[in-house]
Amino acid sequence: MKITFKVLRFHPERDEKPHFDSWDLEVEPTDRVLDLLEQVRGFYDGSLAFRRSCAHGVCGSDAMRINGRNRLACKVLVRDLDSNTITVEPLLGLRVLKDLIVDMDPFFKAYRSVKPYLIHTSPPVADGRERLQSPEQRERFDDTTKCILCAACTTSCPAYWSNGDYVGPAAIVNAHRFIFDSRDQGAAERLRILNEQTGVWRCRTVFNCTEACPRDIKITQAIAEVKRAILTGKLD
Amino acid sequence: MTQTHIFDVIIVGGGGAGLMAALNASKSAKTAVISKLYPSRSHTGAAQGGIGAALGNLEEDQPEWHTYDTVKGSDWLGDQDAIEFMCAEAVQAVYDLEQMGLPFSRTPDGRIAQRPFGGHTNNLTGKPVRRSCYAADRTGHMILQTLYQQCIKNETQFFDEFEVLDLILAEGAVAGVVALEMATGELHIFRARAIIFATGGYGRVWEITSNAYAYTGDGVAVTLRRGIPAQDMEFFQFHPTGIHKLGILITEAVRGEGGILINDQGERFMQRYAPHVRDLASRDVVSRAMYLEMREGRGIKGGRYLYLDVRPETVNRCAEEDGRTRPDGQPYRVTGEEILSKIPDIADFCRTYLGVDPITQPMPVQPTAHYAMGGIPTDLYGRVIVDAEKRVLPGLYAAGECACVSVHGANRLGTNSLVDLVVFGKHAGLDAARYATEAALPELPADALEFSRQQLDQLRNGDGSEQVAALTHEMQAVMFEDVGVFRTRQGLESAVEKIRQLRQRYAQGVRVKDTGKVFNTELVNAWELGNLLDLALVTAVSARERSESRGAHAREDFPERDDARWMKHTLAWLKDDEIRLDYKPVTITRFPPKERVY
Ligand SMILES: Cc1cc2nc3c(=O)[nH]c(=O)nc-3n(C[C@H](O)[C@H](O)[C@H](O)COP(=O)(O)OP(=O)(O)OC[C@H]3O[C@@H](n4cnc5c(N)ncnc54)[C@H](O)[C@@H]3O)c2cc1C
Ligand code: FES
Repeated sequence: MKITFKVLRFHPERDEKPHFDSWDLEVEPTDRVLDLLEQVRGFYDGSLAFRRSCAHGVCGSDAMRINGRNRLACKVLVRDLDSNTITVEPLLGLRVLKDLIVDMDPFFKAYRSVKPYLIHTSPPVADGRERLQSPEQRERFDDTTKCILCAACTTSCPAYWSNGDYVGPAAIVNAHRFIFDSRDQGAAERLRILNEQTGVWRCRTVFNCTEACPRDIKITQAIAEVKRAILTGKLD
Repeated sequence: MTQTHIFDVIIVGGGGAGLMAALNASKSAKTAVISKLYPSRSHTGAAQGGIGAALGNLEEDQPEWHTYDTVKGSDWLGDQDAIEFMCAEAVQAVYDLEQMGLPFSRTPDGRIAQRPFGGHTNNLTGKPVRRSCYAADRTGHMILQTLYQQCIKNETQFFDEFEVLDLILAEGAVAGVVALEMATGELHIFRARAIIFATGGYGRVWEITSNAYAYTGDGVAVTLRRGIPAQDMEFFQFHPTGIHKLGILITEAVRGEGGILINDQGERFMQRYAPHVRDLASRDVVSRAMYLEMREGRGIKGGRYLYLDVRPETVNRCAEEDGRTRPDGQPYRVTGEEILSKIPDIADFCRTYLGVDPITQPMPVQPTAHYAMGGIPTDLYGRVIVDAEKRVLPGLYAAGECACVSVHGANRLGTNSLVDLVVFGKHAGLDAARYATEAALPELPADALEFSRQQLDQLRNGDGSEQVAALTHEMQAVMFEDVGVFRTRQGLESAVEKIRQLRQRYAQGVRVKDTGKVFNTELVNAWELGNLLDLALVTAVSARERSESRGAHAREDFPERDDARWMKHTLAWLKDDEIRLDYKPVTITRFPPKERVY
């Protein structure tokens, strides 16, 4: 089938401001949007810049706005979009460095700020083997272990757009992953961080993040659970 | 102005092997990780099925059995001292990962969950054993995330989105690397006493592959250009179950959970090829069986694919036929929901890319290029070996998929790559740090940047008659056709010839049109194609010379394994267009070669 493929371009060494380029492409309904980007870069305009690696939705490289919604280019097929025009733009809220490549530094900085690692001070188990954790305890935080740090959620959030100091949904998801892990002992510290001005209270429960997540993480729910833990001081 | 940085240990690559090395090296040496991707985007994150270790959480198991299975899986080409070391260390490695916070799936009594995987057996009964420690079907994601988290905790220094282009040698030792900073287009020099390459695989050489775009074999290509050999490159694993046409991997865990392969007649054909373990035979065995089925016209609708069936009714019928039981002795029966809970990501891939629900429909699959057994030759400590006499190059290390220890020999068992990363990543990190405390920092040669500049200039100054994307497709088609699951002398000769021509066309015809410096991905892609072409040539030549069939290297003109002539590792050197080969003995300790039957 034939489609019109539009990409918002910005070449910092050449352009004053962003502009759309457009190509008429012959594509298969089962092509990924990433395949279209590759087709353009490979055969029409080598200077088109975007990130990608795994090409099947697990590495988090190619989050971008596709027909107005944050998606991974490798996880959206032409047929899913049900349109003869496909428009691709960089994520909102992060500085555009070139074409679809945005500056990820603020995103990773926010991620690091919530101490996204197991905090555990007790000595290892005496028999030298694994700590025990029941399947139910493990299930408690399963959903938030799926995050691939693609930034689709954070950059879909109006609260983040209006204030880049907000740590954003992705950082909260990664805090949640540890706060509710029965082996972790750093919950109080993380809850304190997330109770600050830049933390969870900026969330207005708009649900954009949940809709944007390519891993189907129930982000808004995770944020609500963190809010509740702050208010009640309980982790159940 | 070129920026110069100085470290004790530089690690090239932020995947499982690189991060493990970083965590260990940084305990005693000033360490940095250079990675062309943000580390969390490394291909380790794509690993699905699990990491093998004889914890024995669900049934009896021992590191000795893991060792034997790995030796057998390698078709006796793996070095047995290294394999024994790895399988013994695997157990502690998994406990260490759990300590770091890795969220493994759990058994009802709270221990790390384990599942069966191809080629892993109870050595007394010959039956599949539950050895693969897993976190649903995203074990690699959890390993990568956990190691990255630990690095954040450790405040490891990262240079993200820096592409390493060259290795600098001086006075017979390593002196540093040159890297291109993607965001600025500037070249940087990283001086170091020790360098660890952990750059992953090169599956992008083939048309159908489970591998990421980033899998362009950079580490092996860079070291080849500096006179270091590549070992056993003819052994490349084709995984039996890639999604038809796309190559995206459907983990072996699907068969571990009871899924089976069927042909167009609805027959469970693996029974004919591997009567004991059937669908859980080693990957090379299953991939060949699939090719033979398709060649006999029993592909689905006569095509180049088969079905992988994990519908509960099928799983339960086969489990009954096989008398398969649960750990408590009850007959093995599953519901659709249980299957989905074990392979949620696979179900998601099927829905997204195939529009198929694996619980109600079978999945169309074909063998997909998956894993490089070969790579930069190393010893047990990750030290790079430069000749058949096992001489090491001081300060140079490699670990992970880009390295060849060799623990996988002619065919890797599933779950053993993650073990390899964690075990040898750790030891490479420790030994590099130890070496760095003793070694002096070599002076840089006067022309440290020259070779990098030369390579990039060539790509900017070609005559423009060739397109990188088109050359890539041509190479991938040739390699899939003639250097794939089955090989013949004729096919390999023709492949070598065609790859040589492609290399020439590449050298003369490629011209990068983007003249900008910021994120010039066109330039980087063009450079990476050069790496792929080099490795394609080395692979095809190494395969052409090996006139036997062993593990993943199946020659139709030499269908038997030939221990008398070929029980040895290939070493290949590349100079300009010429390849020189030499051979290195296999280390055999406890397990004399035997016929390999599953
Ligand atoms: C789909 C899939 C599923 C798998 N499942 C399993 C499994 O269940 N069990 C198992 O044991 N194995 C599995 N494997 C194999 C295993 O995942 C890989 O072999 C392993 O993760 C490789 O790890 P690594 O650290 O060597 O490389 P990677 O994790 O790929 O890391 C390579 C790193 O090198 C960097 N790099 C590369 N080139 C350069 C350069 N020029 N300059 C700077 N940096 C560079 C990259 O940025 C990256 O950080 C699977 C593989 C695939 C593809
Ligand atoms: S390329 Fe990895 S998520 Fe899309």
